[in-house]
Amino acid sequence: MNALSNAALRAVQPMDEPLLRVAGLSKHYGDRIGCTDVTFDLWPGEVVCVVGESGSGKSTLLNALALRHEIDAGTLHYRGTDGTLHNLSTLDEAHKRRLLRTEWGFVEQNPRDGLRMNVSAGGNIGDRLMAVGARHFGDIRSKARHWMAQVELDPARVDDMPGAFSGGMQQRLQIARNLVTEPRLVFMDEPTAGLDVSVQARLLDLLRSLVERLHLAAIIVTHDIGVARLIAHRLIVMQAGRVVEAGLTDQVLDDPQHPYTQLLVSSVLPV
Amino acid sequence: MSDAADLLNTSRDTAQTPSPASSTATVEGYNFAFLDEQTKRMIRRSLLKAVAIPGYQVPFGSREMPLPYGWGTGGIQVSAAVIGANDTLKVIDQGADDTTNAVNIRRFFARTAGVATTTKTSDATVIQTRHRIPEAALHEGQIMVYQVPMPEPLFRLEPRIVESRKLHALGEYGLMRVRLYEDIVRHGAIATTYDYPVIVNGRYLTSPSPIPKFDNPKLHMNPALQLFGAGRERRLYAIPPYTPVESLDFDDHPFEIQKWDAHCALCGATDSFLDEVITDDAGTRMYVCSDSDYCGSRTATKEVA
Amino acid sequence: MYVAVKGGERAIEQSWDLLAKARRGNPDVPALSVTQIREQMRLAVSRVMSEGALYDETLAALAIKQAAGDLVEAIFLLRAYRTTLPRLGTTKPIDTATMRLSRRISATFKDVPGGQVLGATYDYTQRLLDFALLAEGEANDAHAHGGREPLPGEIRADLAQDSAHVESNGAAAPGEVTIPPVPPISATPRVTDILGRDGLLEALRADGTDPEPHDLVHSPLFTPASRTARLQNLARGDEGFLLALGYSTQRGYGNDHPFAGEIRIGQVAVEIVPEELGFAIDIGEIAVTECQMVTQFGGNQDVPPQFTQGYGLAFGHNERKALAMSLVDRALRTQELGDAVTSPAQQQEFVLYHSDNVEASGFVQHLKLPHYVDFQAELELVRRLRAEHAAKYGTQAAGASDGLAAPAVQNTQEAA
Repeated sequence: MNALSNAALRAVQPMDEPLLRVAGLSKHYGDRIGCTDVTFDLWPGEVVCVVGESGSGKSTLLNALALRHEIDAGTLHYRGTDGTLHNLSTLDEAHKRRLLRTEWGFVEQNPRDGLRMNVSAGGNIGDRLMAVGARHFGDIRSKARHWMAQVELDPARVDDMPGAFSGGMQQRLQIARNLVTEPRLVFMDEPTAGLDVSVQARLLDLLRSLVERLHLAAIIVTHDIGVARLIAHRLIVMQAGRVVEAGLTDQVLDDPQHPYTQLLVSSVLPV
Repeated sequence: MSDAADLLNTSRDTAQTPSPASSTATVEGYNFAFLDEQTKRMIRRSLLKAVAIPGYQVPFGSREMPLPYGWGTGGIQVSAAVIGANDTLKVIDQGADDTTNAVNIRRFFARTAGVATTTKTSDATVIQTRHRIPEAALHEGQIMVYQVPMPEPLFRLEPRIVESRKLHALGEYGLMRVRLYEDIVRHGAIATTYDYPVIVNGRYLTSPSPIPKFDNPKLHMNPALQLFGAGRERRLYAIPPYTPVESLDFDDHPFEIQKWDAHCALCGATDSFLDEVITDDAGTRMYVCSDSDYCGSRTATKEVA
Repeated sequence: MYVAVKGGERAIEQSWDLLAKARRGNPDVPALSVTQIREQMRLAVSRVMSEGALYDETLAALAIKQAAGDLVEAIFLLRAYRTTLPRLGTTKPIDTATMRLSRRISATFKDVPGGQVLGATYDYTQRLLDFALLAEGEANDAHAHGGREPLPGEIRADLAQDSAHVESNGAAAPGEVTIPPVPPISATPRVTDILGRDGLLEALRADGTDPEPHDLVHSPLFTPASRTARLQNLARGDEGFLLALGYSTQRGYGNDHPFAGEIRIGQVAVEIVPEELGFAIDIGEIAVTECQMVTQFGGNQDVPPQFTQGYGLAFGHNERKALAMSLVDRALRTQELGDAVTSPAQQQEFVLYHSDNVEASGFVQHLKLPHYVDFQAELELVRRLRAEHAAKYGTQAAGASDGLAAPAVQNTQEAA
C-alpha cells in the first residue's frame, strides 16, 4: 500500500458531496413495473439498505444502479475520484467496465456467481489487480493473502480452489475479491441469504468493520430487516416497485410510518 | 481425376520458368496461384488492415481450398494473395522442408504459380511455415506466412467469440494473466510451452500460432513482414517489420525459452530447436535440429572445412 | 548412422497409386459409372449437393465415385470445386408453393387441400434386407427396365432411336420415340400458408423492410447471426450434427413439442432477371425438400399466442436433413422469441460454428499432421516438472521406464 491509499484520500474529500445521485429512476419489464420513481443520494462511507420482500423491485433497482440493466426513466450520476459528476447513462462500455472493476464492487447473492470457480482463491482476489496491470506474481499473491486475512480467511489457503471453502467462506472470498482494488462503492445483493444465522452474524460484523475502516459506501439489498438494523445508516423500504418509506435506520425502525414498514418491523423475530 | 486433384499430383518440383505476367493462367486452366484476382484482392485488403493494426484479427471471406481446413488453407490463401511471379517460395512444416504437408503445399504453388522454390531460408522471399520459425535470421523484404489453427488466444478461456471480441476491443486481458498466475500456483512455472501468448505493439493479445515458445523471441523487432492466416476460423493478422512483441510473463517469473542438455547429433548445434528421435526399441534417443535447412548448411560447412 | 528422414515426395506419389487402386477395387469387377451413381444412389447425391452447396447431380455423383463413397470427402470435393466457379448472378427466391410435387405430407391435419401424397419413401417399408437386390445387376442385364412403364419425362435408351424429343400432346408419330409428358409446375398452397392466413402462424412473408440475405461465402459469420445467415449455415450443415441436435430438442434439451406442418419434395423453377431483359426468365428446375415445423408460442403483450415456425430446406430428396434443420432453426430462434437459452441446440455459437463438416473434418483430421515440435516442447516441460516434483517431495527418482532419464543419448556424430 502506498503512503496515500485510497481510504486516506477519501477521508480528506469534502463530505458535503454525494457519491451517487439517483433521481426518478424507473425500470419496466414490458408493462410490468420493475421499480419506479426512485430518488435518493448516497454519501461517501454511507451504507444504505434497500429492504422489501420478493417482487418489491429491490433487485431491479440494484441491477439498474450497477448498470446491469438499461433504465427507462430518470437519471443516475456518480462522482468520480476527480470530483466531477458523471452521468452514468451516457458512459461508454469501456468506462463502465473499468468502473465496475476498480472503483465499484458487486457482491452476488450466490458466491459461485461472483467467483471464478476454476481459479484459486489467490487468483480470484488477484484477478482485478492483474486486470489493471499488476505484474509481480509474488506481490499479487501476498496482497491476496493480506485480503484473505482482512476477511478472516486463513491466508495459508491462498492456493485452494473456491469449491474447497464453505458457503460463508466463499462469500467472504467474494468480498475480498471486490475489495482488493479499494473501491468506493460496493453493491451487495442479499449477501447473507443462504447462510446459517451465526455465519450471517459474523459476516455482517465483518462487513460493518470493513465499511468503517475502508470508508466504503454500500448499497445492500435484503429482505431481512435485521440485516439493515445491524449495518445500515439509512433504510429504503420498497413495495410493489415503489419506495414507500426512507430515512435514518434508527428512526425508521423505531417509528415506522408506512403500514408495510410497520409490518416488516413487527415481523422480525426477537433475537 | 478432377483438375483440383491433378494440381497435387504433379511430379515436377523443380523451379519452372516463371510466367511473364502474374495474372496469366497456367496451362491447367487455373488463375495464377489458384485463387481468382477478386479473391486475392479481398485478401490483400484484409492484410493491409491487419498490417495497419498489428496483432488485431481481421475477419475475411476464407475460401474452400483443395486442401482441407486445418491443413493450412489460411496460410495458402495468404501466400497466394501476396506471391508474385518473381518470388521464391520456401515451405516448411515442423521446421523441415521435406515433411509431407510441406511437400504438398510447395508442389501446389509450383504447379499453380510456377514460382521458383527453395529450401534455403536466406534465398526465399516468401516463407510459409507451420509451427516453427527458421533458425537463420530473416532479413528485410522477406515475408513469413504462418499457418494458424486457432487465431484467438483466449479461446480456451472464453470460447464465445462475442465475448472475446469485446475483451480485445477493451484491451481487457486479465483472464489470460489469471491463467498464467494459476499455472505458477499449480506448477511453479508458466505451463504454456507453445502457442505462447504475446502482446503485439503494446496493444493486442495475439496467438503467435503453435510455434514453440523457443521461437517467440524471433517475433520481436523482426525485419521481415509476418502474416498470419487462419482459413477455417476466417481470420488474418499481421506483425509489421520492426514491431515490438512481448511474451506475457510476471516480473518475478520472466519468460524463458526451452533448453536442452544435448546438441544436434548431425551438425553439433547447441542453439537450435532439437527434435527428439527414438532410434531403437530400447528407447535410445538422439537429438537433431528441427530446422532442416539450418542443420544441412551447418553440416555442409563442416564437411567442406 | 542416423540419417534424417527424406523421400517424402516419393511416399506421397506412391500413396496416390495405392489410393487409385483401392478406389477401383477388384479390376475384374465392372467399374461403377457416374451415371449409375447418379441414378441409383440419388439420396447420396442429394446429400452431397446440399452440403457441398452446389446443385449438380452429375458432379455430385462424380465426387462420390472419386471419394469411394465417403460422403463427407465427396462434399469437400464439391465445395473445393465450387470455389473455382465464377458467380454469374443471383436467382429470384424459389417459390416452393409452386412445385411439381412428388411427395407432400402434413402431420397437422388429417387431410389437406392437394392431398397427402406419399411419394417414393422408405417410411412405410419394413426394414428387411432385400436379398433379391443382391442378384440384380450382377449379370450385366440388358433388359434392365423389365417392361416397366416409363416415368413422366423419362428418356429410355431401349426405346429411343435418335435424339429424344418431347411431344406436347403425348401422341407418338409412327416409328418415333414416345416420352411420357411431364406435368407442369403448379401451385399447391402449403398448410402453413393456410395457418398463416388465419393469423395462427407468425407472418412469414418478407416485406420491404427485409434486408438482403447474408452471404456466408463472401462474408464470414458473426454472432449473433441474422436468421438468413443461420439458415444458410444450417442448409450446408452436416446432417448428422443437425440430426443429433434436433433429437436433443425433442428429448427435453429445449423446445416445445413441434409439429410437421408441411413436408414437400419436388421440382421448383429457377428464375433469373437478366439486366438486358428486365423481366424474369425460367432457366431450369431443381428438386428440393422443404420442411416447416410449427411450435406453439405463448405470446406477450405485443403479440397474441400463435404458432411459430422452424424451417428446413435441402437440395434433392433429403427429408431427414430438412426435418432436423427445421428443429434446429426453431431452437436457434429461442432468444428472439423471448425465451431463455438453456440447451446446446439453442446456442448460436455452439451450433453455427460446428455445423460445417468440411471444417470439422479438416480440423479433426489435421491431428494426423506432425505435431512433434510442440510435443517436444511439452515433453521438456513434463520432464522438468517431474524432476522438480521428485526433488520437492522425494518421490522415487525416475527410472528408465519413466523415460525421464533417457537410457542412452547419442550426442556424438558418428563418422559417415
